[in-house]
Amino acid sequence: MIALVRRAAPSQGWTYAAPILAVFLTMIVGAALFAALGQDPVVTIRTIFYDPLFSEFAWFYRPQLLVKGAPLVLIAIGLSFGFRAGVWNIGAEGQYIIGALAGAAVGLALYPMENRLIFPLMVLAGALGGWAWAMIPAVLRVRFGTNEILVSLMLVYVAEQLLASMALGAMRNPEGMGFPGSRNLAQYPSAANLELIAGSGMHWGVVAAFIAVIFAYIMLTRHVFGFQVRLAGLAPRAAAFSGVSPGGLILVCMGISGALAGLAGLFEVAGPAGQVSIDFNVGYGFTAIIVAFLGRLHPVGILLAGGLMALTYIGGEIAQSQLGLPAAAIQLLQGMLLFFLLAVDVLTHYRVRFGKGAEA
Amino acid sequence: MDFSAINPVLLLASLMVAATPILLAAIGELVVERAGVLNLGVEGMMITGAVCGFIVAVNSGSPWLGFAGAAVGGALLSVLFGLLTQYLLSNQVATGLALTLFGLGLSALMGQGYIGIKAPSFPDWHIPLLGDIPVIGEIVFQHDPMVYVGLLIVTAVWAFLTYSRAGLILRAVGENHDAAHALGYKVRAIRMMAIMFGGACAGLGGAYLSLVRVPQWTEGMTAGAGWIALAIVVFANWKPGRLLLGAYLFGGVTVLQLNLQAAGFAIPVEYLSMSPYLATIVVLVIMSSGRAPGSLGRIFHASR
Repeated sequence: MIALVRRAAPSQGWTYAAPILAVFLTMIVGAALFAALGQDPVVTIRTIFYDPLFSEFAWFYRPQLLVKGAPLVLIAIGLSFGFRAGVWNIGAEGQYIIGALAGAAVGLALYPMENRLIFPLMVLAGALGGWAWAMIPAVLRVRFGTNEILVSLMLVYVAEQLLASMALGAMRNPEGMGFPGSRNLAQYPSAANLELIAGSGMHWGVVAAFIAVIFAYIMLTRHVFGFQVRLAGLAPRAAAFSGVSPGGLILVCMGISGALAGLAGLFEVAGPAGQVSIDFNVGYGFTAIIVAFLGRLHPVGILLAGGLMALTYIGGEIAQSQLGLPAAAIQLLQGMLLFFLLAVDVLTHYRVRFGKGAEA
Repeated sequence: MDFSAINPVLLLASLMVAATPILLAAIGELVVERAGVLNLGVEGMMITGAVCGFIVAVNSGSPWLGFAGAAVGGALLSVLFGLLTQYLLSNQVATGLALTLFGLGLSALMGQGYIGIKAPSFPDWHIPLLGDIPVIGEIVFQHDPMVYVGLLIVTAVWAFLTYSRAGLILRAVGENHDAAHALGYKVRAIRMMAIMFGGACAGLGGAYLSLVRVPQWTEGMTAGAGWIALAIVVFANWKPGRLLLGAYLFGGVTVLQLNLQAAGFAIPVEYLSMSPYLATIVVLVIMSSGRAPGSLGRIFHASR
């Protein structure tokens, strides 16, 4: 008989090894999947995980790593606080959209005025927009005990409809010949989130992501708030006895994740995307959930996981154009990664015993 | 705007059709949650069911086989969830989310060659006598067979949970898994069966979308229906009767907003499309005082 015995404390070694093992398992099973789809498995895996970094054209793809990784890291950092404390914000995608809309609204309202304060103002509006959208499930949870998972998720669909209505209506470019979509913010100097160093992919969103990682690290390891978050996650009753207000914790955790998701949306709409359009959101808010778990809800881990996930996005696009791999295959690969991580994680918390003595 | 374009009889009749996919998925999840397991992967199982059902139905030409295929597909995916949460003791919230993300990717991949094809439909059937009753017959008795299969499943689940010994055991496992284990019930096995039933029902609900309601395959076509089903379970306070009410309430909102769109109501389409999701939130706020099964979402690990 195989039996699982709970460890007194999570295994240090497996905490680090589990994500790596999960990535390898995903590669192996992914390769089998690609083979079943009629692709050369080795070539496909190399195209996805290796080519964006080290191939002949890597100079073109490496900046993309920052562009795609920044929103993922920014959102995942925010989510990690809540996930640690048992507050499940699943609606980051919606907060990302609303952040972009709020920020873009400020920029578009001030067009064509040129002023150095416009971009900072947009950043503020983006963060506030995301924060406000996250406050809806948070307040409902605290005030009425409503399930925040379901409410935050429902609000994603509401936000998507709002985005469509804005792109087609209020924010449509008046000089756009009737095409849907707003003015291009990237061509409006005061509002543009341009590359800080040309050709590096480094824009303000990337800077914000790195700052968020550092802040989160300090908060989590040195600040009393980080302690409260960890305590509430590990022992909710002990946290309540020691004076941590559960309601306050929900509001703060949801607020942080909403504001960061909103920021990610703003940086995207003012930079890489450039405009408010119907298909502006591409699922970063959901992929960030995978990033947060793969990074073990730890800031440094999230940074690495965000990079890896950005890699699969870019590699996936290359595989799509060069090998004709369907886009859905990458989505499947990302989902598989989270599955394997959750499965392997049993080794972090439990010891495996074989034989009859396993009953002990 | 022309309200006379909205026919109340047709409205009520299409309400039952609109409610059916949610009802099917929700009744499955209700059983899963009564067994103490929170499976947030309903959306993923639903969309996988939608694509499996569509593929089987197109290739076999039979919608019945399609629905059977959808149930099998949904159940297979749910086994993955069951293995992870029951045997590898993973967090149920995270695993459910993973199941949804995985299911969305898997379905998009499987359905690639099936975009733009029309699914075979149920042959027209006419329920004798009942279908001929004026007004009521038109509203209640002139639907495709799956509407009644859904109602049958709800009734069966209600009877199972209320009157059968097995139903009592399932509820015991959901209320207190340690006590149930101490009494000698196989907590994991019972939960696995419940999870598979939930997967099969979610699959049926998804297939109802792709085979009857739309009836086509498009990526991401469930559009949150699985999450709404989860919300309706909470609304129903984990009781099958109330579940029916919740699903029809939701079906009513959906159908009404579609009718208002068609009638050229003065509100933009996007805002009308939001209404089912907003209605779900309102319902959750009003009904969040219910009592969930005692062991819901908790990991069961028998130390001996």
